[in-house]
Amino acid sequence: MAQAANGTLYRGREGMWSWVAHRISGVLLFLFLFAHVLDTALVRVSPDAYNEVMEAYKNPIVGLGEAGLVAAVIFHALNGLRIIAVDFWAKGPKYQRQLFWAVVIGFVVLFAPFAIRHLTIVFTR
Amino acid sequence: MTATAEKTDQTGGQDSPKAGVVPSFTVTLKISRFDPETDSEQHWETYEVTAHATDRVLDALHQIKWDQDGSLSFRRSCAHGVCGSDAMRINGKNRLACKTLIKDVNPDKPITVEPIKGLPVEKDLIVDMEPFFDAYREVMPFLITEGNEPTRERIQSQADRDRFDDTTKCILCAACTTSCPVFWNDGQYFGPAAIVNAHRFIFDSRDDGGTQRLEILNDKEGVWRCRTTFNCTDACPRGIEVTKAIQEVKRALLTSRF
Repeated sequence: MAQAANGTLYRGREGMWSWVAHRISGVLLFLFLFAHVLDTALVRVSPDAYNEVMEAYKNPIVGLGEAGLVAAVIFHALNGLRIIAVDFWAKGPKYQRQLFWAVVIGFVVLFAPFAIRHLTIVFTR
Repeated sequence: MTATAEKTDQTGGQDSPKAGVVPSFTVTLKISRFDPETDSEQHWETYEVTAHATDRVLDALHQIKWDQDGSLSFRRSCAHGVCGSDAMRINGKNRLACKTLIKDVNPDKPITVEPIKGLPVEKDLIVDMEPFFDAYREVMPFLITEGNEPTRERIQSQADRDRFDDTTKCILCAACTTSCPVFWNDGQYFGPAAIVNAHRFIFDSRDDGGTQRLEILNDKEGVWRCRTTFNCTDACPRGIEVTKAIQEVKRALLTSRF
């Protein structure tokens, strides 16, 4: 049977893209947790090794990664609340689009101040 | 009559448009073609047609099939948005070709027309609908009753009838099911249309098969597969709030109240 290898991208709206972003941020957080469990477990091996790894993290590339981590956490958390509303609030499906824009606004409000402070520290130290 | 018509005719733009003349324009259609006898995969073909502001995408497809390339295949029956035969992906979104005006899908750029996604393509815009109807049959879309048949009608209050009014509108065009990212990746998922038609009976006060239907939809490939992307609600040509219906079925499963 024919495969739609050359088909166009489906033009979904807020609901579909929030689902895509939720998946991607979820996978990124899962991968982060791997690294996080490993580096934290190092403290059981030797505190010196742990400190060495923490010192190695103090560079702009990891700094940008940290900003990405916080962005993923904020979006995943807020959109998770939106999904709970859609699942358990009778009017959730009706207002899902407004809820999505509330998530976007909440994301900007929480992430912008953090990004300004965090990135100035990362790049001026 | 002519005087008023001339006054109200603002769309012509030409020298002296005749009363009642609908402006026409040239539009390009980019259609996904696939002939199982010669092709190994789908490819695009472009056609130019002269369309009027009152024309639907289906009219353009007819023009191509009747005047330019008779080999173009697509389904359509009533051509008025009732039979649900001509669901296709127009400019990346599932719609009925007979309910989509060309002027509403940006005719300045080529309009892409593809078969609906997630079902096997048989030829051009025709897909195999059997998997879709299999899921529909599985939810038992018919009235199930218990006990003796009443001697009179099965009376229902207006409020009870309104409870499932939205989901009675389904025309089984498959626009919702084939807009669902979960269905694209997992053909075993019942899909929005089957759940909508289960909802229509689960919440019908005259029906006694609700428990059986909920049991069927409690499956791994049942309602819990839904990730609430709302593509189905956006795609439904009848304006059914599909995701809301699915969520109501989920909640009926959680609370056993329906």
